[in-house]
Amino acid sequence: MTLILNSAFRLSITFSALASSLVASQASLADEVNIYSYRQEFLIRPLLDAFTEKTGVDVNVVYSSKGLLERIENEGRNTPADILLTSDIGPLQDAKDRNLLASIDSAAINANVPAQYRDEDGRWVGLTARSRIIYTSKDRVAQGEITSYEDLADPKWAGRICTRSGKHSYNLSLIGSMIEHKGAAEAEAWLAAVKENLARKPQGNDRAQVKAVKEGQCDVALGNSYYFGAMLTNEKEPEQKEWAQSVNLLFPNQDDRGAHMNISGAAITANAPNPEQAQQLLEFLTSEEAQRIYAEVNYEFPVREGIARSALINEYMGEFKADSVSLTRVAANRAEASRMVDRVGFDN
Amino acid sequence: MQTSASFRAHRTSIRLPSGWTTTGWVVALLVILPIAAVVWLAFNPIENIWPHLASTVLPVYLQTTLLLLLGVGLLSLIFGVSSAWLVTLCHFPGRALFEWALLLPFAIPAYVIAYIYTDLLEYAGPLQSALRELFGWKTARDYSFPEIRSLGGAILMLSLVLYPYVYLLARSSFLEQSVNIRDASRTLGCTPWQSFWRISLPIARPSIAVGLALVAMETLNDFGTVDFFAVKSLSAGIYDAWLNMSNLGAAAQIATLMMLFVVLLIWLERRGRARAKQFSGADRFKQIERYRLEGLRGVLAFAACLVPVLFGFLIPFVELATMAMNHLDQFSDSRFIKQAGNSLLLSGSAALLAAALALVLAYSQRLKPELKGLRVAAKLAHLGYALPGAVLAIGVIIPFAAFDNTLDGWMRDNFDISTGLLLSGTPFAILFAYLVRFLAVSSGSIEASMAKVTPSMDMASRSLGANTVKTLRRVHLPLIKGGLLTALLVVFVDCMKELPATLILRPFNFDTLATAVYQFASDEKLETAAPGALLIVLVGIVPVILLSRTITATRDAR
Repeated sequence: MTLILNSAFRLSITFSALASSLVASQASLADEVNIYSYRQEFLIRPLLDAFTEKTGVDVNVVYSSKGLLERIENEGRNTPADILLTSDIGPLQDAKDRNLLASIDSAAINANVPAQYRDEDGRWVGLTARSRIIYTSKDRVAQGEITSYEDLADPKWAGRICTRSGKHSYNLSLIGSMIEHKGAAEAEAWLAAVKENLARKPQGNDRAQVKAVKEGQCDVALGNSYYFGAMLTNEKEPEQKEWAQSVNLLFPNQDDRGAHMNISGAAITANAPNPEQAQQLLEFLTSEEAQRIYAEVNYEFPVREGIARSALINEYMGEFKADSVSLTRVAANRAEASRMVDRVGFDN
Repeated sequence: MQTSASFRAHRTSIRLPSGWTTTGWVVALLVILPIAAVVWLAFNPIENIWPHLASTVLPVYLQTTLLLLLGVGLLSLIFGVSSAWLVTLCHFPGRALFEWALLLPFAIPAYVIAYIYTDLLEYAGPLQSALRELFGWKTARDYSFPEIRSLGGAILMLSLVLYPYVYLLARSSFLEQSVNIRDASRTLGCTPWQSFWRISLPIARPSIAVGLALVAMETLNDFGTVDFFAVKSLSAGIYDAWLNMSNLGAAAQIATLMMLFVVLLIWLERRGRARAKQFSGADRFKQIERYRLEGLRGVLAFAACLVPVLFGFLIPFVELATMAMNHLDQFSDSRFIKQAGNSLLLSGSAALLAAALALVLAYSQRLKPELKGLRVAAKLAHLGYALPGAVLAIGVIIPFAAFDNTLDGWMRDNFDISTGLLLSGTPFAILFAYLVRFLAVSSGSIEASMAKVTPSMDMASRSLGANTVKTLRRVHLPLIKGGLLTALLVVFVDCMKELPATLILRPFNFDTLATAVYQFASDEKLETAAPGALLIVLVGIVPVILLSRTITATRDAR
């Protein structure tokens, strides 16, 4: 037994030594840029690889769905993070409010990205745009039967609507935009009415809602636009193609303010150890080359004007009118939107 | 059997080096640090969230959490205790097989089993499709089928993978119980059933309570499963306050409340339990004479053991293996091998260190049982297990970054050298989080074993001139070998499965099997995730089987 324990302790020392060698390998001063990413890595990997190939700058990533802002905040002036990547406006605004971001001072980026998708103080920049659209059953919903977010509150949809949790950031942003356009009272009445129409308790992700339409659990679903392309071309899980083929796409509110938009975006941290490389990467991500990859691989809308959308997007989505309300204002309404979700018991 | 009176009388005659006490305190305080950081956060909310919560979702959160705890507790108790008693004290077909097979579900991460059963039981899954085919139903509106994504579903999933904690502890307790007492009960005409209720169960109660406490804490800290099933428990409230309302302080308040709840539970259990101390006598090494269950009773016993193994392991394992078959190429992928290496390295180190720390804590308390402060600190050090992993990760980030930045600032001021981040963002941060999280598990096992060593052993050793270190090495370690190995193996398997803290604390470009599986599975790419998940399970099976042998060996192998 003693022998076992002794060798156990010796092993643990070996383990620790190995572990610290892992640390040493990532803290070198090479030509590199470090990303803390709320965006799933496989979605951005092709772009980062293209950047490394082009510039020789290595890209290191930590991906997590939460806790990265807290890391940057606590690591303070020693943070290794140069760039914060997000799939939603929320964390960008949060990071800005907590003074964690440097201002991005790049003529190239300002030229590449329209002002609507940039922070007014230059603290963050949008990389791709996506719309929160309405998916309707091809079999059970006629074209034109629903045309706006407001229509979702119509009692004729009772028991026919599916959505993911009201607390998900995509839905909070949509509710935040309702608050911005209609005022809190009207937005809450709308949300309560939509809740009444839900076919089931909010659950699953956006794809799961389209799947539920395919399976007949509901007729109308809320979801982000790019999932359609991702499902329609999914060779690894071909059943997702059938989900996508069972629905029509509707860009809401085309006769008034336009469809709700959100962004995936990026920011440079206030204490970035490699600010030049960070700026270089952001310039690349807004370049024609990268914006085209976003459009082709992820089916997102390029924020840069004049980039051809993917053929698939053109075929199924065409041109549409986008809501141009300030994303900063929408983000500022998120906490109120979250409380609203609680008050109407949306997720219960 | 030694009485506690003579235990105390002799205790004072032992001279103690203060080294153990100091080390005990250092270990306890280090582990408490992240827990304290969370409590500290709770004092700094952005705004008071409670009026809003109380008037809206708090009743739902509380009710759901309580039902979840009760449901998982009850089911784990039924699965764990009944099967443990059957395989230990009865003879029926398949008994020897079930002895270890009952531990297998422990190797399957809760989020994986949740994904798999959803896949099987949802509308498009094979079961419902077959039913529709059979009865000619067209859509979901033609029939009703229980929704797996529900509170009931979450209770089932969590119970299926958590009951092994109860089984493990109940079984070793049944094994260690004095055969003489049961013989006596038999002589007095007790049926097996009566003997179970009147003798085995009351004696095993402290062990079962420890198992249930572990189950309760795992249930409280779970987020993956309840989130996937859209079940709004308190942990949903934590993440909502933190991420959607940007109010980390309020999130920490809810987390602190959960820890207080655990403290209350443990205290209630202790108060309700008789204080009798038991030390093992020599008779525990006598062969157990098992009740023979024949005919229908044997079949029922077989079924009772089969149910948890079938649903907790066999079905999900076969499903996972089938999916992995389509992605066999992944097993030779260099990234996959690296992920597996990281998982093994981290889990192995964490298991060894957690056992060492638990040993230090248990032994320093044994040497000076009169030190109440140390005892309380050691108990507080267990609370990390009740924290959701992501919250614990924040608790680790805060003191680590504070240490790094303070040292860096001091070095810059005095020597003009920047030391940067020494601990933050390293595998060591993950390792530390594992220790804080799973110390409760290793301590539970090691303390229980050590408590069974009669104090007269210590006295004999010390009076023969051995010092405390030598006594620990020569007397205790051989005697608590079983508990020590249990601690090592259980923590190892737990660490292999750990996800939320690993995600947040990891270095750049660093994946474990669990983070890689999660990345695919959260994007509905269950198939691509299957090889990684399968490997987590396979790696977990080895310790599980070792574990079972260790426990059996406490009685049979002498």
